[in-house]
Amino acid sequence: MSTMSGKPSTGTPPAWDMAAIRADFPIFEQVHPRTGRPVVYLDSGASAQKPRQVIDAVSQCYAEYYANAYRGVYYFGDRVDAALERSRESVRALIGAADASEVVFTSGTTMSVNLVARSWGAKFLRPGDEILLNVLEHHANLVPWQIIAGETGARLIYVPLTDDGRLDPERVAQSLTPRTRIMAVTAMSNVLGTIPPLAEIIPLCRQNGTLVFVDGAQLVPHAPIDVQALDADFLAFSGHKLFGPSGVGVLYGKRSLLEAMDPFLGGGHMIDEVFTDRSTWAEIPAKFEAGTLPIAPIVGLGAAVDYVRGLGWENIHRHERELLAATHRALSQIPGLTILGPEQSHKGAIVSFTIDGLHPHDLADWLDRRGVAVRAGHHCTMPLHDHLGIHASTRGSFAFYNTLAEVDALAEALRYALKKHHLG
Amino acid sequence: MGSQSPVSTDRYEELYEEHILPHFEDPYHKGLLPVATCQHSARNPLCGDQVTLQLLIDDQGRVAQAHFDGNGCAISQAGASILCEQIEGKTVEEIENFTAEQMLGLIGVPLTATRQRCGLLSFKILKTLLYSRDGQDAPPAT
Repeated sequence: MSTMSGKPSTGTPPAWDMAAIRADFPIFEQVHPRTGRPVVYLDSGASAQKPRQVIDAVSQCYAEYYANAYRGVYYFGDRVDAALERSRESVRALIGAADASEVVFTSGTTMSVNLVARSWGAKFLRPGDEILLNVLEHHANLVPWQIIAGETGARLIYVPLTDDGRLDPERVAQSLTPRTRIMAVTAMSNVLGTIPPLAEIIPLCRQNGTLVFVDGAQLVPHAPIDVQALDADFLAFSGHKLFGPSGVGVLYGKRSLLEAMDPFLGGGHMIDEVFTDRSTWAEIPAKFEAGTLPIAPIVGLGAAVDYVRGLGWENIHRHERELLAATHRALSQIPGLTILGPEQSHKGAIVSFTIDGLHPHDLADWLDRRGVAVRAGHHCTMPLHDHLGIHASTRGSFAFYNTLAEVDALAEALRYALKKHHLG
Repeated sequence: MGSQSPVSTDRYEELYEEHILPHFEDPYHKGLLPVATCQHSARNPLCGDQVTLQLLIDDQGRVAQAHFDGNGCAISQAGASILCEQIEGKTVEEIENFTAEQMLGLIGVPLTATRQRCGLLSFKILKTLLYSRDGQDAPPAT
């Protein structure tokens, strides 16, 4: 067994043992079933692989103590409730929330955005109010705002990106007006890897009386986010990108905001009292947790959070910077290849690129023949690709479990693909 | 949909070299006609492949010319080229009996379910054209 089982980091970071980390992920034990080569997984930005600790926590929940949550007045019910609240506390600690009741479990980032757009937007947006966006955003952080703008008469305003795909605080300041009610902004672009300077952007919004909704889906697996230090009003992220199960996500909201908002979904558990013609709502977070929660996935998410924190953010950061630098170095040697987005100092461990004369889907197919999994297409960011003047791109997205040898494998596979298209 | 038997990477490379690249690099009838009997465009939202297909059908109900234009991955564009080459000279009735399985056979390389959407994009357009034609001709291409 590995030594990496999750204990929250205390003081000095634990030692970085790449072999032990790899051994924690069963999926990497196999050779690639189609190619017989090692599995090179460079699509963690789409969904991350799961360590044994997460898989075990989920199985253990089903095998040892499963029941519904917050309902069973019996032993198993008690254990499930306790496990869920342990996970909630792990998430609270991860994001530095003041209180665990500000952590709402959802089905994922998409549901978290929809929850705020609907529960906050429908109640508080008025015709002519402005929602501030930018084209770095994933469709999940655009479409819900488009829908609620259409229903409320609010307007969508886009902060123009810099030419290299950064979100410049000065341009944010210029885009804020007295009508800007909320800014929805990613903490890290899922395509360019851009990490907007939220510590500069959020105070500008604060001074303007504008709320800030942070899409943390991409950043949370790579770096600590402290919602209180940042003064973020909302933060959303998904379990499955954080090495946890799919089907579970988080919405953090400041207590005063969550309390002022109406429920998103009606149903069991979210009520205080139900009469034949009306109901009253439970306290937060239950008010936003209608129906049976994704119980085992929440348990798994808690294990994932503990696991990642156990590795130490400093270690993760150092390793991922190495991977990013090596990837930029290797890819800049490939003829006809253009890396999209800003310089390394403004981005996380994501590298999207185009190659002259080679369509991303053809490229991804050839890379798959070498056992290298990358994403190809528009990555749920069609407005960003329009902005870049391209239809599609190829993306390698990294996690702490990736190795420098895998960067070499990517470069080798790219040369192979070029040769197959008579380009190299 | 075509069941794809696994082939070795070497064989896949050969098939790609034989079937796809010639059509991708030197496509058949790429570029639109000034006038056509009917035309239709579609895109594959997954990768943004875009194809327009044009048919010039003669008095005998035979495809005198098939042209396409578009952009996207090699599979979608080679697929359109292969399709145009294949259907020219055939009657509408013959084309109506042309199946997705046969189209995948012509493409030659085994495609995963996802890539079949690229490979069958022009085939889908062809079928839309035939079923929406109903005897009335589309306006000439602009």
